[in-house]
Amino acid sequence: MTNYIGKAVKRVEDKRFITGKGRYTDDIVLPAMAHAYIVRSPYAHARIISVDTSAAEAMEGVIKVFTGKDIAASGINGIPTGWQVNFKNGETMKEPPHPLLVADKARYMGDAVAVVIAETKEIARDAGDIVEVEYEELPAVADAKKATEPGAPLVHDDAPNNLCFDWELGNPKAEVNEAMSKAHHITTLEFTNQRVIPNAIEPRSAIGHYEEANDKYTLYTTSQNPHLTRLLMCAFVLGIPEHKVRVVAPDVGGGFGSKIFHYAEEALMIWCSQRLKRPVKWTADRSEAFMTDAHGRDHVTKAEMGFDKEGKIVGLRVKTYANLGAYLSTFAPCVPTWLHGTLLQGLYTTPKINVDVTGVFTHTVMVDAYRGAGRPEATYLLERLIDTAALEMKMDPAQLRLKNFIPPFDGVKQPGYQTQVALQYDSGNYHGVLNRAMEMVGYEQFRKEQEAARKEGKLLGIGFSTYIEACGIAPSAVVGALGARAGLYEVGQVRVQPTGKVSVYTGAHSHGQGHETTFAQVVADRLGIPMDDVEIIHGDSESVAFGMGTYGSRSLAVGGSAIVKSLDKIIEKGAKIAAHKLEASEEDLEFAEGKWTVKGTDKSVGFGDVALTAYVPHNYPAGLEPGLDFSSFYDPANFTYPFGAHIAVVEVDKDTGKVALKRFIAVDDVGNVINPMIVDGQIHGGLAQGIGQALFEGALYDDNGQLINGSYMDYTMPRADDLPSFELDRQVTPCPHNPLGVKGAGEAGTIGSTPAVVNAVMDALSPFGIKNLEMPLTPERVWRAMNS
Amino acid sequence: MATKIKVKVNGKTYSHEVEPRTLLVQYLRDVLGLTGTHVGCDTSNCGACTILVDGKAVKSCTMLAVQAHGSEVKTIEGMADNGALHPLQEGFREEHGLQCGFCTPGMIMASADLLSRNSNPSEQEIREALEGNFCRCTGYHNIVKSVQHAAKKINQKEKVAS
Amino acid sequence: MIPNNFQYHRAASVDDALTLMAKHGMDAKLLAGGHSLLPAMKLRLNQPDVLIDIGHLKELRYIKKEGNELVIGAGATHDDIAHSQMARETFSMLSEAADLIGDVQVRNKGTLGGSLAHADPAADWPAVMIAAHANIEVKGPQGTRTVAADDFFTGFFSTALADNEIITAIRIPEPPKGTNSSYQKFMQPASRFAIVGCAASITMNGRLCSKVSVAFTGLSDAAFRASNIEAALFEKMPTEENITAAVQKAGEGVMAMSDHFASEEYRLHLARVFAKRALMAAAK
Ligand SMILES: Cc1cc2nc3c(=O)[nH]c(=O)nc-3n(C[C@H](O)[C@H](O)[C@H](O)COP(=O)(O)OP(=O)(O)OC[C@H]3O[C@@H](n4cnc5c(N)ncnc54)[C@H](O)[C@@H]3O)c2cc1C
Ligand code: FES
Ligand code: FES
Repeated sequence: MTNYIGKAVKRVEDKRFITGKGRYTDDIVLPAMAHAYIVRSPYAHARIISVDTSAAEAMEGVIKVFTGKDIAASGINGIPTGWQVNFKNGETMKEPPHPLLVADKARYMGDAVAVVIAETKEIARDAGDIVEVEYEELPAVADAKKATEPGAPLVHDDAPNNLCFDWELGNPKAEVNEAMSKAHHITTLEFTNQRVIPNAIEPRSAIGHYEEANDKYTLYTTSQNPHLTRLLMCAFVLGIPEHKVRVVAPDVGGGFGSKIFHYAEEALMIWCSQRLKRPVKWTADRSEAFMTDAHGRDHVTKAEMGFDKEGKIVGLRVKTYANLGAYLSTFAPCVPTWLHGTLLQGLYTTPKINVDVTGVFTHTVMVDAYRGAGRPEATYLLERLIDTAALEMKMDPAQLRLKNFIPPFDGVKQPGYQTQVALQYDSGNYHGVLNRAMEMVGYEQFRKEQEAARKEGKLLGIGFSTYIEACGIAPSAVVGALGARAGLYEVGQVRVQPTGKVSVYTGAHSHGQGHETTFAQVVADRLGIPMDDVEIIHGDSESVAFGMGTYGSRSLAVGGSAIVKSLDKIIEKGAKIAAHKLEASEEDLEFAEGKWTVKGTDKSVGFGDVALTAYVPHNYPAGLEPGLDFSSFYDPANFTYPFGAHIAVVEVDKDTGKVALKRFIAVDDVGNVINPMIVDGQIHGGLAQGIGQALFEGALYDDNGQLINGSYMDYTMPRADDLPSFELDRQVTPCPHNPLGVKGAGEAGTIGSTPAVVNAVMDALSPFGIKNLEMPLTPERVWRAMNS
Repeated sequence: MATKIKVKVNGKTYSHEVEPRTLLVQYLRDVLGLTGTHVGCDTSNCGACTILVDGKAVKSCTMLAVQAHGSEVKTIEGMADNGALHPLQEGFREEHGLQCGFCTPGMIMASADLLSRNSNPSEQEIREALEGNFCRCTGYHNIVKSVQHAAKKINQKEKVAS
Repeated sequence: MIPNNFQYHRAASVDDALTLMAKHGMDAKLLAGGHSLLPAMKLRLNQPDVLIDIGHLKELRYIKKEGNELVIGAGATHDDIAHSQMARETFSMLSEAADLIGDVQVRNKGTLGGSLAHADPAADWPAVMIAAHANIEVKGPQGTRTVAADDFFTGFFSTALADNEIITAIRIPEPPKGTNSSYQKFMQPASRFAIVGCAASITMNGRLCSKVSVAFTGLSDAAFRASNIEAALFEKMPTEENITAAVQKAGEGVMAMSDHFASEEYRLHLARVFAKRALMAAAK
């Protein structure tokens, strides 16, 4: 029956993209559409003394200028966060208002002060230049740790010391301290997991369209989860009835987390459109995107890992200051806590773990989930500790890992693995991936080459990283208990048309992941019909009942499973109709290759026939409803836990400090694979972003909170000639608790690759006695280390 | 002060009055409705807007529409020949050279420039030729393979023809 | 992304452009390849009232030999130069530098004249032109004059060019037989401009260097000739030892720039490294 699953089926969606017929938000033009330009604060922290819009409003073609005062006067709310993390003492976290336009104070460089709406975008832009804003610049703080120090400028008056929350997980501190005190060796690292900027190549865009005649609102937006945006915008911000609002996320040019969140501009466009009774479009310039898209990572961490004489880990102690930016974005409180602290078990049997995280406001743009979200930070921390420990204890880094791995378990015969930090891993074979990766790289041979190269003055290095992540987010009851303000199930509707063609509606959203192909493979296989007969529909709240969107590598594991549930219902109902048609009993039928057959006979009826009968029920089972259309909500039983082993090989140019990535090997176990071509593609892209963080990327704020590398002229991202081709392999340990046995592949590459690259550079630099350098490993940083 | 221009785009000649400040990419997208050409940055670095002007790859965000007066422009919409995909378009689909598709038109047009000069590029040559184009989704791995796929295809065709 | 409004004039010839410039004076800017001017205008860092387009003028776009000079029209693109056999044969550093500018798309539009007029401290051509002893031919209302590349770059984005003048051609004297050259560049990883670029040429007489030419870009506010390195190698053998000793003088007495990609100290270090690489390549 499996004609499609497991095959590298070419993508259905490609045709429109390769012919230039994709439809992205900025491509959409509505009749009488006006254009918005947002006036933003050039200061990170400033009191707004006055905003004079008169000159701008007098300009020909300008329709209206709104300011923070107009927003405040209208009585609407600010942008909410979707997750609550409290203080250890039980006090609720600080959740200061985040207005669509600020009236009193700008709290980060790029904070929105006014919006100009004009007949053309050119006029809006010109008028934006003559909106006169008088600011009183105030001292700012951009660094999370500094922001908590006494006397630091406050982002919000009601958040003393800029604290949003503090949080702890794992074994009691005393127990961990006790374990650490008995350690034979303790490795300590203090480092910053630097702030990176997601930089989907499509800048954010939103069109608000209010139709007065039927009191309906439509928002077209660059979103990874249109339904969540609708919920947050309607219920929390604008107070407009949800059934009157349609949110469409058409083709979206990459997200990587940054397009999960409900942004102020979305609600603002709807609000403006409602006021002006015209569609209004806003599209970010890249400079604006740099300043206003939620950034990722930004942890200041001290981590200590204790080992016994044999190199077995005895304890882990972690203290992190997490920069949240100036306001709380949708998932901001969850990322450094529940998506980070819970992953500190890694692949290891560490018996005692304590993690303590302080969430901090700063005068910077919001920080939220960026590809991997919390898990790359956890993995970086662990994998850097292990490699550093190996160096300090003069042990082989690969052997040290193998010695500490959790033994293999399949989650069926052997139970799941209960960690010290609240999770239960589903299934794993961690030795398998590392051994395979070592075989691929030719580990022993490499060490010989490295030795020889060193004699010639060449600096080669190898770095390992073995990771686990929790994805397929997630059981609603669990996340609810952890502070989520929404459920995290997914919706899948399968509508069989009378002719047997199938329309599938999913609440997941594809912005590059190829859902239109992968999901169709699953549906076609289960129903035994050609893929051409299946259409996957997503991204429109009007056609898809509900959904939680795509992030956290959840689409197939959660969204796919919801579809499978509906398919099961279709097949079950179909069997009743087939039994009636075949005059057999349901129990005697089997469904395969698109038809119901009476077991042991050649009497059968096809799927198309049954579909037609369901809609033309002339001769039909008594009491059975007509139609063949089912919708299901799938709420997973657990997270899924992909894992893998990555190995980087680098060469450092002694003269300049420039790092060349020579090879990158990735062996990932993402559970069952529906489309290997797409999974490999996801891994490739993830690797590039993780490598980017290690070597190139990093947002730089100066002491005044100015983003000093907010353009592609200054912010380095990997280009084609910065990367090698990757060497991939796969291991398959199915997920025991979802019907497809899949785990998720979207973030794996990013999570695993960063520490592998850094470890490789440290290995190359080990002759210099260098143990730790901050990312990104820029040439100057490496050169300085070699020459100090 | 609008300026009159005459441009041939994908084989068709257009005459329009445009504001001199209109960038070529805006002309293509807003005036001609050819939205396959994308804008990914405001500093001329991302390559999402790449098109061919008189056969050469150009960033259409860094050219005024008025500068294109009298030129022949080719965009992604003009790559397929009567419905038959260009080998590069096929290559990108066959080798999964795209994910979100936003960089893809620019990648294909920049690759077209490369293949017009070098019909059999090495991996390194492909990577260097695409240094002006960002892709945030694919890690470039499959883009390289896509271009190689197209090169092979074109060479085969030429062999058959000769 | 949206430049300010301006008037646009498409010059019919260099002389027409000069007339238009005389008419509009300080309000006008020339537009050649547009690859420095338009990016600045899109960010509204530059807001000219009038643009005079010379980008399409065939009379400015050529590469030819005239007597013992290689003459490159100001409108020749980086790509034209990268692929010119004549340029490569004159000085291989010309094609090497051209090939390292930006990316293919930039090279297809950007011009040599535009780059020299713009005088970005991180641009590649200025160092190469100095090392090549090029003469820059400019035309103004008073006629044509030439300025030695050595005297052309006067500081941060500033040149010896008057507001009413146009660069028309770059004249590069044919080097003596036995000359070899190289351009070596350490790229700013995001923009791909030069953090440090070094152009070097060596003419051999027997086993000794009879002429050495070295120039830097990226290091300070404008490209400059490293006479100290040239002198250190003059009439010496271009051995690794001698070259290593000579490049120690790189950047001596220069106010090196500093930014988040490279501090002053690191830039000076890179100057030594890339001078050595360029000289070693030229010595081969
Ligand atoms: C993404 C990107 C990357 C780049 N990377 C590099 C790089 O690595 N190295 C490098 O050197 N450069 C780089 N550049 C700059 C590029 O080389 C430009 O093309 C060049 O600097 C300017 O040439 P142009 O013809 O485009 O000039 P324009 O932008 O048209 O003009 C630039 C200035 O020169 C004036 N001007 C132009 N022509 C003349 C003339 N004939 N006479 C007098 N004045 C004139 C103009 O009025 C204007 O002030 C890059 C540019 C971009 C967009
Ligand atoms: S839009 Fe980025 S280079 Fe043109
Ligand atoms: S496919 Fe998304 S940016 Fe390249």
